[in-house]
Amino acid sequence: MKTYKRISQSLVAGLFLISGTLFAQTPDQSTPPDALIKMVVTEVMATVKSDPDIQKGNIPKIVDLVEKKIVPYTDMRRTTEMAMGPNWKKATPEQQAQLSLEFKNLLIRTYSGALSQLRDQTVQFKPLRAAPDDKEVIVKTVVLGRGDPVPLDYRLEKTPNGWKVYDMNIMGVWLVEAYRNQFSNQISQNGIEGLVKFLQDRNKQLAAAKPTN
Amino acid sequence: MMSWTHNLWRKLSRLIMLGLAVLMVGCASIPAGVEPSPHDPWEPFNRSVFEFNEGLDTYLLKPVVAAYRFILPEFIREGIYNFFSNYGDLYTALYNLLQGKPGDAFNDLMRVAVNTTMGLGGLIDLATPGGLEKHKEDWGQTLGVWGVPAGPYVVLPFFGPSNVRDTFGTAADLESDYLFRLLPNVGLRNSLTGLRVVNARNTYYEAGDLLDGAAIDKYSFVRDAYIQRRQYQINEGRDDEESEIPVYENPYQ
Repeated sequence: MKTYKRISQSLVAGLFLISGTLFAQTPDQSTPPDALIKMVVTEVMATVKSDPDIQKGNIPKIVDLVEKKIVPYTDMRRTTEMAMGPNWKKATPEQQAQLSLEFKNLLIRTYSGALSQLRDQTVQFKPLRAAPDDKEVIVKTVVLGRGDPVPLDYRLEKTPNGWKVYDMNIMGVWLVEAYRNQFSNQISQNGIEGLVKFLQDRNKQLAAAKPTN
Repeated sequence: MMSWTHNLWRKLSRLIMLGLAVLMVGCASIPAGVEPSPHDPWEPFNRSVFEFNEGLDTYLLKPVVAAYRFILPEFIREGIYNFFSNYGDLYTALYNLLQGKPGDAFNDLMRVAVNTTMGLGGLIDLATPGGLEKHKEDWGQTLGVWGVPAGPYVVLPFFGPSNVRDTFGTAADLESDYLFRLLPNVGLRNSLTGLRVVNARNTYYEAGDLLDGAAIDKYSFVRDAYIQRRQYQINEGRDDEESEIPVYENPYQ
């Protein structure tokens, strides 16, 4: 049983490697949203699973991977703007830029931590339900593997530079929604400057923390 | 029937007493300047119970789970997880039937049949790789599908985030749970309950740390996530799913 599992695992890993090199596709501006998510997720999963450093929890390396392979297909400024709600307009352009940067870094770090725990999970891509002229779509996926299946949906918006992810739903929770009250609470206590400082401090703290595994 | 309701009330009142005790220990106030959430009218009370649960987790549950992870190899922990998951599938099948989803209920029963026989009494999950999707339902969700409103948000001591409907749901879950309540051997029953709690906490051991790192105010993070997630679970499998996509007020600039 165990050997069989191991053989099939290395087979799958091998296939991933082959498909990674033979059919390495880079999404471009005309890539439809579901195909974009599939390409990006497949490539990142294959890299994470085949890199022993990442498996050991080398967070800087994962952050680098996320910056290169995922961030180009996101619009984190939009994410931050949505999470800020009406407070966004009260922030100065410098504050908006700082908030976007710090929030992006916090999300990347959290996401990287989750990626470092990937082992034998697989992702199931659900068929896209959207009209051809939609400007906004939800691409639904499910992560299968240890524990209960984790529904993971991506909310994308059509921009002149192609489809960009700006919100994610993890097990039924929209990221932007989960941060709205946290942001407005922090702002009503310490102002926008307080939120900027909080995010800066937290990111420094997380960057200094030792990897756990 | 009488004894059933009597038991339920006894358990509920015990919960309430515990909650009151927690409240007396220290009522955390809402941080100054924080806008009260319309879903959370009992926020000061909830925050104090939340603090109590956090302390319990930090000083008791999490260290126990750390030891559990240190002592038992992963394949045994996975077997334990699978065993309780398979047991839960039986209840999920029933709840899916009550929710008017016979297709899902049949799928869940097939899972139990496959995993209990070929999966060695549930220790191995062969159904998921075989294409039988795992679902998870409870009484709170079932009541929600029937149209019972959630009511205000409540943080229960030990059980964590809930609402008025799900508090009754949790009480009913416990009441109808064979391993928790009806297993004749008391020693075995208590050990299994302990193992179950440790197993449940173990499933989000790493995720819990990630959440701590990502949270700006953990209380409202957990609350808002819980409210969203329950709504999502109740709407799952409906045709009008698309309508749940939140509308954000600021247009692209």
